[in-house]
Amino acid sequence: MSKLHITTTVNDDPAEFLTDPSTTLLDALRDNLGLTGAKEGCGSGDCGACSVMVDGRLVCACLVLAAEAEGRRIETIEGMAQGGTLHPLQQKFLEHAALQCGFCTPGLLVAAKALLAENPDPTETEVRYWLAGNLCRCTGYDKVVRAVIDAAAEMRQVRRAS
Amino acid sequence: MPELEFVAPKTAEEAVRALAAGAGKARPLAGGTDLLVQMKSGRAKPSAIVDLKRIPGMIGIREAGGAFVIGAATPGVLLGEHAALVAAWPGVVEGANLIGSTQIQGRATLAGNLCNASPAADSVPAMIAAGATCVIVGAKGRREIPVEQVATGPGQTSLAADEFVLEIKLPARPPRSADAYLRSIPRTEMDIAVVGAGVNLTLDAGGKITAARVALGAVGPTASLVPEAGAAIVGTTLDEGALDALDAAARAAARPIADKRGTVDYRIKIAGVLARRAARIAYERAGARS
Repeated sequence: MSKLHITTTVNDDPAEFLTDPSTTLLDALRDNLGLTGAKEGCGSGDCGACSVMVDGRLVCACLVLAAEAEGRRIETIEGMAQGGTLHPLQQKFLEHAALQCGFCTPGLLVAAKALLAENPDPTETEVRYWLAGNLCRCTGYDKVVRAVIDAAAEMRQVRRAS
Repeated sequence: MPELEFVAPKTAEEAVRALAAGAGKARPLAGGTDLLVQMKSGRAKPSAIVDLKRIPGMIGIREAGGAFVIGAATPGVLLGEHAALVAAWPGVVEGANLIGSTQIQGRATLAGNLCNASPAADSVPAMIAAGATCVIVGAKGRREIPVEQVATGPGQTSLAADEFVLEIKLPARPPRSADAYLRSIPRTEMDIAVVGAGVNLTLDAGGKITAARVALGAVGPTASLVPEAGAAIVGTTLDEGALDALDAAARAAARPIADKRGTVDYRIKIAGVLARRAARIAYERAGARS
């Protein structure tokens, strides 16, 4: 089968891989590039475990073909912490115990980061609607929502101080 | 298994050629939120995927003389961010933005929703009520048709194998015009319409309705225009009598099936209720513009 050669940017680094036309971006990230943070939950765009950013937009990587990534800018959970320093959202997820099994966590973090980039001071309702596409079967969402709101407050404070 | 091909043409002409070469087995790709799911389930087995997003103009919204031209691969999130579009066509945008999650909004398109031809497609009743048209390009050239002529049945469209939707057009509006879309689902988010209703209307300076279009979704094999429902409120100020007539016309036009999401009787009743409520919202919005 003839493979497509894809050149793209992942977490600000150039990346290239060979892919079949039917391979999803999720599978290419996990199997070709070794970035296994994005998870396959449902594979049909319902659960959000594979949330990534493509050209600055939140999408499900399972509903994007790897071939579509040519020349695009991809951001994944692996790009969220800066070296050994966790992103405030990651830190607040730990502090609020906003995860149990952790399978949905990378997707929730990527989605929450996209929310705070657009809306630094979301209400609880706004957080819940924005994250409606990220299913979690452990936490009941309450701790997740609290962690996001707390992280947002901290990020606003840091921004004011700087 | 035959090899799947992926092409990302840079022009509409190239895309048409790629679709024609597929002889009915090539599928255009915009947001992919339906196509990829269908491929995974085995329902769609295309020989080629023609990614339309590299064609100039396919992603984006252009405004000219009060009319809007929406590239067929424009995702829902861009509709919601376009202040002028939201102001002119709040109902079309709310229909489109109801579809799926934030993640789905990053990809899903009006044209894809239209061509997937689900009877319950949320953006379609709103587009029909709006009098939207779509420009279709194919081997025989371009044609422009009302959006209600695209779906011919569940999953079926009037497009030939070598055709795809290039853009959606929303007309310029007279003053004191507004639209609204409502759907019924058993929860607050992330579900498929049990019934959907779109209403688009124009008022005169005295608050009397001078033109109205009403469309229903999920109560027939395709979303459809209900001319009797629009006629029921023209010439009125949307008083109780007009709302009753609108409700009755919507119920009379509903031809739903019963399935796990709703019975026939329930859907008929709700078609009237939603038409009534959507009309009230559109009326208030239009009145606020006088």
